[in-house]
Amino acid sequence: MIKSPILFAGALSAALAFSQTSHAADPDPRDWDAVLQEAKGQTVYFNAWGGSENINLYIDWAGQTLKERFGVTVVHVKLDDTANAVATVLAEKAAGKSEGGSVDLIWINGENFASMKRQDLLMAPDWTTSLPNWAYVDHETKPTILTDFTIPTDGLESPWGGAKMVFFHDTARTPADSVPGSSAELLDWAERNPGRFSYPQPPDFIGSSFLKQVLSETIADPAKLSQKVNAASFAEDAAPLFAYLDRLHPNLWRSGKAYPQNYPDMKQKLADGELDIIFAFNPSEASAGIAAGELPDTVRSFTYTEGTLGNTHFVAIPYNASAKAGALVLANFLISPEAQLRKQDPSVWGDPTVLSMDKLSAEDRAAFEALDLGIATLRPDELGPALDEPHPDWMERIEGEWLKRYGAAN
Amino acid sequence: MTGGVRLARLAPPLTLLILLGPLAFGLAGTALPALGYLPDLGGTEFTTAHFSELAEVPGIWRSALLSVAIGLITTLVSLGAVAGFVASDLGTSGFARMRRMISPLLSVPHAAAAFGLAFLIAPSGMIMRLVSPWLTGLDRPPDLLIINDPLALSMMAGLIVKEIPFLFLVTLAALPQTRHLETMRLGRSLGYGRVASFTFLLWPPVYRQIRLAVFAVVAYATSVVDVALILGPHLPPTLPVRLIDWMNDPDLESRFLASAGAILQLGVTLAALIAWVGLERIGAFLVRQIRDNGRRWRRDMAVRALARSVMGGSAVIIFGGIAVLALWSVSGLWQFPDALPSSFTWKSWMQALPRMSGPLGTTLAVAGLSTLIALTLTILCLEREYETGRGRGGGALLLIYLPLIVPQISFMFGLQVLSIWLGVDASFSALVLAHLVFVLPYVFLSLSDPWRAHDRRHDLIAAGLGMSRTRTLVKIRLPMLTRAILTAAAVGFSVSVGQYLPTVLIGAGRLTTVTTEAVALAAGGNRRVIGVYAFMQTLLPFFAFAIATGLPGLVFRNRRGLRV
Repeated sequence: MIKSPILFAGALSAALAFSQTSHAADPDPRDWDAVLQEAKGQTVYFNAWGGSENINLYIDWAGQTLKERFGVTVVHVKLDDTANAVATVLAEKAAGKSEGGSVDLIWINGENFASMKRQDLLMAPDWTTSLPNWAYVDHETKPTILTDFTIPTDGLESPWGGAKMVFFHDTARTPADSVPGSSAELLDWAERNPGRFSYPQPPDFIGSSFLKQVLSETIADPAKLSQKVNAASFAEDAAPLFAYLDRLHPNLWRSGKAYPQNYPDMKQKLADGELDIIFAFNPSEASAGIAAGELPDTVRSFTYTEGTLGNTHFVAIPYNASAKAGALVLANFLISPEAQLRKQDPSVWGDPTVLSMDKLSAEDRAAFEALDLGIATLRPDELGPALDEPHPDWMERIEGEWLKRYGAAN
Repeated sequence: MTGGVRLARLAPPLTLLILLGPLAFGLAGTALPALGYLPDLGGTEFTTAHFSELAEVPGIWRSALLSVAIGLITTLVSLGAVAGFVASDLGTSGFARMRRMISPLLSVPHAAAAFGLAFLIAPSGMIMRLVSPWLTGLDRPPDLLIINDPLALSMMAGLIVKEIPFLFLVTLAALPQTRHLETMRLGRSLGYGRVASFTFLLWPPVYRQIRLAVFAVVAYATSVVDVALILGPHLPPTLPVRLIDWMNDPDLESRFLASAGAILQLGVTLAALIAWVGLERIGAFLVRQIRDNGRRWRRDMAVRALARSVMGGSAVIIFGGIAVLALWSVSGLWQFPDALPSSFTWKSWMQALPRMSGPLGTTLAVAGLSTLIALTLTILCLEREYETGRGRGGGALLLIYLPLIVPQISFMFGLQVLSIWLGVDASFSALVLAHLVFVLPYVFLSLSDPWRAHDRRHDLIAAGLGMSRTRTLVKIRLPMLTRAILTAAAVGFSVSVGQYLPTVLIGAGRLTTVTTEAVALAAGGNRRVIGVYAFMQTLLPFFAFAIATGLPGLVFRNRRGLRV
């Protein structure tokens, strides 16, 4: 064993020396034929949350289509938290691995995007607006496509789908006229129906979003949410949120001693009758669940009259990705009318499109209009106003505070 | 002397290198960042700041104490059940029946057993469905904290049902080395009850032999990740789960904290082991006291009934859990409190199978290759030992057990950092090597006893007929030991299939196996998908054991003496 430290050091320096080789030029999406040429034969490791079967199947379909048409292989690396992929890229950067990285494309938005952008972990400069299918993207009327949680996207992430927080209930147990229309009413409802509401445990994305929804409704000065957290006034700004949670938690499912894993878990619990009101960031979630035989066909949707959080989710390419050309081809395919149409179909996924109907061909537009959004999906005009996402800084601070207050609650 | 046997000379040092090299490098790779040294992340000075930070984390001591308690209670209950059962039923026909029923349970991966248990005992689980609403009056699941309870009772139950088969089989392996039937007869003839005869006369020598296996159970239960993720408490979770969270935090500073935590984990496991040694002493003292007061303890039916029901219960829970998993995998809409799904569909399987091919291929390749290497090394080591007559000391055994006793999480972190440095992370060979660290000990432990028990006179006759050593090995010993070798291979294969943490950390998401997919998809809480994957996860080792049992009969159908 005496030789081991020397071996260790030698291997280490060899690895570091190896990693300092020169940087190959990134593919240029303006020369799309060259991108397609380079992409052929590449394998794209698409790091995307893998907790939902219908999404996994959709990614699978996209991968097969890419394989057939462009010779690009797509491998879905199923994450349980997108932060893991960010951590991977960051660890590679720390180890000096500036090319040949293990993440090629990453499904992202909000705090993870902010973190990657801040630390220069993304392929730059602007590549998204040069994608051929960008021509169809509705960046004029959907502000969250260019501003992700108050952070300008600067073309470093390509939109994939729209999201809006929507609640679901089973009319067989919970009549439509009894559902709450705001966070305050939800609290009353939970007090009347103890043990029948919960939210995924932060830092789960949907769970943290619930906290932000309550924060947006309870903070004295909502304008503060578009800025970074002011450390001096944070306690005061967040006080109404935590007062709310202190009242809510005793009436949560399992009295707040355990939480659902994430939103598909809540969906299962709605079907089991453990929960009566659940929520997701996808307005078609209930219809998709009914189509998949996971939810009874008596489930319906509702939102708050004063609005719920709305945002866009994206895909981004890490600066050290191994298959950048292939990743560009996949990102472009994901915003094609064909892929977006399929994605919005509740029997597939039901995720709202990021494309502008006005920019589509008459044929594509007709196809979108002909989509049956499902019995449990609200029409776009019934979805209510969309609240802006707070600055990502808020999410981090609130998650930390949540953990401090409730993380060792038992 | 020929090439094959000369090669055997290299086997023991190579085996030790494979077992202890990763262990040493991994622990170093964990200890340095824990002390603040990780130049890539800007840590160039040694400091204890990360340990102070660790001490400040809310609920950290609770997490640590919980892990110690889980380790001790799990081991105590499962060992008690096994000892109690062997004491009450050794030599009876019920014993043979239980042996046949329990043995296959060893092959069920921990994660699958945990899912099965969760599907059974959750408030919306199978048991509640079967008794609702006619008995309970419930048409909705009760709001009870059964899974993920803060005292980790469900997690301990999940571990106990899986450790019972392991300890039972280890005990069975140790029994032939004692004159157990005669000893029991002696105790009975002096008027002692079965349990007393066993405890006073047989248990001390048996326990001495299985002691390291028991240590491995203590260590495993204090540091397990996948079972804790499925059944363990949430607020706060057990220590290993918190370490994983920190390791995956996008803020890389958390890696220092995770490394410090991994060292704490080492301390937690060590503390549990020390406490266990204390329990051994107390147990020995109590047994002596009870023995010396001279009572015969003839009326021990209560103990025997209890031990039998815990043993039988663990088998029923695992089999029942797997049946429910299978049912969910083909279910359509299945609402509470229906005891059966309202519709059946192959959809989950049809959707999962094409996507499972990649992970399945990796699982089979890694398990196959690591088992093959482990088997080759083990046979060469044993051959070398046979030749020299050395290597049976307790020290060698401890070295083999070491990777099973040191918490996986404490050295896998360091190994992951090392593999990224070397640029071999997510490579197939690194993954095989990481699995080998755990496959090799199990293969060695399960093959060494039958190998050593092999009658040397066969070799003497072969030598007398002019056969070389290699030829004797190939023509005589390997065929005669085929059954034992295949069983060891099946054990190694199922150990590899069940590996979660090494696969996640070294495979880096690019190399996934059925087990890592199952745990990742479990995050979605989709029971149908979990059903498919966990069932598949169970099926693979089951096939391996079926082959190990069935193949020799097929190959040796014209060798009456080799049939059993």
